[in-house]
Formats: sequence, C-alpha cells, structure tokens
Amino acid sequence: MKKSRALPEPLSSLLKFFASVQLTVFVLLILALTSIIGTLIPQNQTPHDYLHAFGEFRYRLFAVLDFFDMYHSWWFQLLLLILTLNILVCSLERLPALWRMVFAKNKQPRRNRFRRSAARAEFSSSGPRETLVAGVHQVVGRGFARLRQAEGDAGLDLYAEKWRWNRLGVYVVHLSIILLLLGGLLGSLTGFDGFVNIAEGEAVDTIRLRGGGDQTLKLPFKVRCDDFDVSFYDDGAPKEFRSKLTLLTLADEPILTRDIIVNDPLRYKGISFYQSSYGKLDAPGVDAARLASVEFVLNFQSTGSGMGYMRKLKVNDSLELPEKLGTFTLQHYLPRAEFGGQAIGEALVGVMKTESEAGQQILLPLQFPNFDKMRKGAVVISVVEPAPGKITGEAGGAERFYTGLQVAKDPGVWVVYTGFILMIAGCFITFFLPHQQLLVEIEPRGRAFTVRLMGVAPRNKFGIRRKVALLSEKLQEKLEG
Amino acid sequence: MLSSTLLSVTTFVYAFASLFYIGGWVFKLPRLGPWGSWVARGGLLLNTVGIGLRWVESYRLGFGHAPLSNMYESLIFFAWVIIAIHLIVEWRYRDYTIGAFVTPLAFLAIAYASLSPDISDRIRPLMPALKSNWLIAHVFTCFVGYAAFAISFGVSIMFLIKGETQGGKQKGAPENGGILAKLPSAAVLEELIHQMVLFGFLFLSIGIITGSVWANSAWGRYWGWDPKETWSLITWLVYAGLLHARYAGWFRGRGIAWFSLVGFAAVMFTYFGVNLLPGLHSYGAKG
Repeated sequence: MKKSRALPEPLSSLLKFFASVQLTVFVLLILALTSIIGTLIPQNQTPHDYLHAFGEFRYRLFAVLDFFDMYHSWWFQLLLLILTLNILVCSLERLPALWRMVFAKNKQPRRNRFRRSAARAEFSSSGPRETLVAGVHQVVGRGFARLRQAEGDAGLDLYAEKWRWNRLGVYVVHLSIILLLLGGLLGSLTGFDGFVNIAEGEAVDTIRLRGGGDQTLKLPFKVRCDDFDVSFYDDGAPKEFRSKLTLLTLADEPILTRDIIVNDPLRYKGISFYQSSYGKLDAPGVDAARLASVEFVLNFQSTGSGMGYMRKLKVNDSLELPEKLGTFTLQHYLPRAEFGGQAIGEALVGVMKTESEAGQQILLPLQFPNFDKMRKGAVVISVVEPAPGKITGEAGGAERFYTGLQVAKDPGVWVVYTGFILMIAGCFITFFLPHQQLLVEIEPRGRAFTVRLMGVAPRNKFGIRRKVALLSEKLQEKLEG
Repeated sequence: MLSSTLLSVTTFVYAFASLFYIGGWVFKLPRLGPWGSWVARGGLLLNTVGIGLRWVESYRLGFGHAPLSNMYESLIFFAWVIIAIHLIVEWRYRDYTIGAFVTPLAFLAIAYASLSPDISDRIRPLMPALKSNWLIAHVFTCFVGYAAFAISFGVSIMFLIKGETQGGKQKGAPENGGILAKLPSAAVLEELIHQMVLFGFLFLSIGIITGSVWANSAWGRYWGWDPKETWSLITWLVYAGLLHARYAGWFRGRGIAWFSLVGFAAVMFTYFGVNLLPGLHSYGAKG
C-alpha cells in the first residue's frame, strides 16, 4: 500500500492491523461469545438480587468485569470501536482500486480467464456473420446491459457485462453498520428513556427516568390522561389497553388529543408516549382482623381425574388434597395484585407442596377463575367465594385507573433506520446481483462459423454455467428459426 | 380442528418423503428420490392448506390473526419454508440426495409441533403487544432465514461425511459401495452452503430489522439487549464471521461446513433455548 510507506512506524503497523479481515472475523466472534454472557446473567437487576443469586465472591468478580450491564461496559464499547475502525480502514484502503475497476471505461476482457472458465458453450453455424452478430445482440443484449463488439485476433468478439458495481454493495452494508453504531451512540448521548403513571383526569409535566436513582425530567408540555380503558378476552387475557391523552402547553392550553394503544404510540416534538401498563387507584385498605375471619371457598380441579374438590380455607390454613395432589397453604390476600406488570385486582397467594416439588407459589385472582390453568399443574385452583369486590367493599361500579406510559426520546432513531434500509439494500445487491461477464467469439472456420460463449462470474460459478447454457440454446433456436 | 388434523397428516407425509429420499440414496434406488420429491410436494400442499385453514378458523372464532403467533404456528411455518426452499434448490441443482438431509429437518419441526404435549394447537387471541402488521413481516422473514440456515446445516453434514477436501481425493469412495460418491461434488456442496448462508443472512437481517422497528413502535426502544434480541444478534454475528472467514480465504470447504453447524446451533438456541434461560425472578419460583 503506497500510503503506509510514507507513514511512521507505529502508525503504519496500526493501519495494517486494522486493515485485516482476520481482525474482523475475530471481533465478530468475540462479540458473539461475550454477548452470550449478558443472556446468562440477567442485566441491570438490583445488587441485592445479584448478591442473593451469586454469593459474595462471584458477585464481586462479575461486578468488576462489569457483567451486570455488559453491553454498556467499557470493554464491549471498545470491541465496537475496534470493529468500526476495522470497517473504516478496510473500506478506505480497498476503495480506490475498486472505484477504478467499477468505473473503468472500455475494459478489455481478459481472454485467459474466459478460456479457463467452465461456463462455456460452443456450436457451429453457417452464418452469414451479420446474422450471427445480430442474433447475439438480440439474445445476449436482453440479459446484459453493456454489449461491446470488437475485432479480435481470431474473429469477432462481443463482450457483455452485468452488475459490475456489485462490489459496491459491500460498502453499502459496511456504511450501514457505521450508521447503526452512530445512531445508537447519538441516542444514548442525547436521548432519554423514562416512564410515568397518570391517573385518569390528571395531567403531569414531569417523568421519571429509567436506570438507577430517582431522576426526573421535566417535559416542555403537559400530558393529561382523559380516559383509560382496558378490555379482556373470555379467558381473562388482556385484549386491549387504550388511553385517551391530551397534550397541553405549560399554560394549560390544549395542543392535541389522541388515543393510544400498545403498538400505536403518540409522537410529539421528538418525544414518544407508549402504552405500557396500567393500574387501579385508591382501593380502600382491608382491615387485618376482618381478613383473618374471612372463609374463602376454593375449588381444586384435578386435571387427571376431572374431579373437583371444593374446600373452605382461611388465611394461613393448610389443606391436604385428595388424589395425592399435594398440600396447599393459603398465604395472603392481596387487594391489588399485579402479574407481568398488569393489575389483576384482588387475588389470593398460596403455596403448593407436592412429593416432587418443594413449594410452588400460586397466584389466584378472584376475577379470573381460569388464571391458574396457565401454571399447567396437576390441579387447577380457582376462588369460588367471595366474589370480587365483597371484601374491599367496592360496589364494582366506577373504577378509577391510572395509565402507565413509557416516554422516550431518541434522536438517533432516524440514523439507525437509514442504516437498516442501507443494510437490506446492500445485502440484497451483494448477494443477489453478482458481477457477470460474457465473451462471445465468432470465429470463421472454413465456410461456417464457430460461435463460442464463455462466462465468468467468480461469485456465482454454477449460476453462470446455467446462464451460458441457456443463452447458447436460445441463440441456436434464434439462428435456426 | 380441521387445520390441526391436516397438519398432523402433513407430519406423516414429510416422514414418508424423508424415507423415500434416504432410502433412495442409501439403497441406491434412483427412482425413490423423485418419489420423495413428489411426496414432499404433496406434503407442502397439505401444509399450505393447513396454515391457510388455521388463519380462516381464527377469524371464525372472532379473533382472527395470521398463524404466526406462537410456538405451534411458528414450527408449522418453519417446516413449510424448509420444504419450499428445498424444492427450489432440488429443482435448480437437479439432485435427489439433498432431500435425504433436509426433509428430515422439516419432519422434525412439524412432528415436534404436532406430537409434543407441551405445545398446544389451540388458536388463541393475540395479546395487545402482538397486534401489529409487523408480526407477519418479522416472523415471516426470521423463519425464512432460519429455514435457509437449516438447509445449510443439512448440506454441511453432507459435505462433512463426504470427507473430500476441495480438489483433493475422495476418501473411501469405490470401496464404500459408493453411496458417498452419489452425493454432489464437494465444490457444488460448498457453493450450496454459501448460497444458503447468503440467503439466510439477508432474511435474518431483515427479520432482526423488522423486529427492531416493531419494538420501537410498541415499546419505545429499537434495541433492548433482551435475551431473544441478543441471541438473534449472536446468530447474525456468527454467520457474518463465516462470510468474512470465507472471504479472507480461511479454511475453504471443511471449515465453512463446521462454521455453518455452529451457526445453526446458535439459530436453535435463539429459537428454543432462550426460553430456558435463567431469570432472577420467574413466576412459579420455588418457595
């Protein structure tokens, strides 16, 4: 490389290091391997959870290695930086030669390459030469863009090429990766990610930011939740969460009103609001003494025999079930239980012990009798009495909700999306538009002509073989007809 | 449900196709291969009708959606794409031994879906997060990618048992009774592995990208490093590594085949393994 001779030693070796494709393979594989760690060790949990799961020694080791937030760790970012430099140096180093090759005018076909190619077909034809040439132009010209003819040493040469710029596709892919990394960097530096709960009828102008600490962020406008609506399927699974949001200026003038659901957020001034969760408000508290006297009636349905056993239980009671289904203990009553981030209303919490399992915790919402089926246990438990609302004294009338919104701003998104489009385009070009060259020699032999087709496509050896055979057939048909 | 019945029948059809292909190759009965192909085509038709019918049945139940939303539906579709791509490959390469290594994979996928007691074929309504057109684009492209990688896996096995190195001598050829010689040449197999990896890589990229755009519209972030996302990226990185190793001229042939096996292991982990990953808190935790 001419440039490196002019550069001082450390720089020149460094450049050589980053210009190698071997480095690329290493970095890609190391990224792959290390990424596995972050899937085996759950990321961004509380130190307490980690200490509990791993014990003192491993907790300290993993913390030092930054395994708990590894994708933002210095060493992971360093790998990404090395990859970026690798892409840049490799691309820039090879670009001049490639550019010259792609945009060269009147390139001469290298006859030896064609002669050695396995993609060839040959036949004899009586001519005249003009008919042959016209035939080649018609048949070959259809599949190939540039078709040039010239007088060769043995006869007439017709040379055609297709997708010479295919090699630029690789550059598009590499550029797209740089855009992805840049977009990610931009987003993490200048964006934010947070959440906020808004009670129906109320407006907020401040959100809580995600990630350690109790940071808040003030928005340049207010968000009011006019209404929240949740609907369920028959089996208790959620069907839709919908919030009607109104944006107001800080002086309380309405800007716009929109409904949002999961998968359809509200975007305004670069900030997006996503429907994330919800909950019920202000359920009146439950008196502990009253709770101790409540007799719950539970149904235990054996999935094996189909028999149902109804039993009465108070909080803290244990019950041995028939059919050796196990021992069930009713532990608590929750007036406002949550599952998977969703509020499910009143629920009982219990423990099931069987011969094979030590103690499985079970959640039994009063509102959803089929909920326990999800557990796929030997017995499905449901709460028969009391009906929802009886204990807390709710009349079951107007319930007030709060909507849980995720609020995010990511100025890097459009850079990333551009990267996505370029990646798809680049991959498509590189993989499916291979550079093909075709040389047709028309050689006079006695009173007839030998027509020889030879194709070269280093990235598509078997494809070009088929293509040459096909073209030869078509040409012969044309000339006979 | 009729669709489930049809898909169960498809399982047996793919089993027969596999037997024909394998038998045709191992017992050197050249006519069995094409029969295997016809049986596979019949299976593909049944498979298609089964999927279409399930789609229609979901609408009849009142919560219609494309059948790409759970383990059962994705496995059925996975098998469908494997056979579809295989038939195209078979037609272009005019070779009936490839079927012996590829159709069993489709059979295994659909058999797991139809016969495993852990996988329910009940049509369930979509959860709010899945209600999006991106569902179809994302699942479709990911599974086309997975299927191409599965075929590349099968062909890599062919390459490795053939035992030949590029331009080298055929190991144990005529003495073996020649069944290894009946397989396509190492050069052809290597090109097929490469083509399948390229195809799979393109579709996996589109799959990851559509997943990302969808995640951004549903959850407010296009990349969250959750296990499923991360593992799909790991798979992508492994195959990107394969393509660059091949470009750099590392180990032609054998190495690429081994690399392709590792890549497929990553695909399998991305598809199934992520569900087994530990969490610090998971529902149903002991105590």
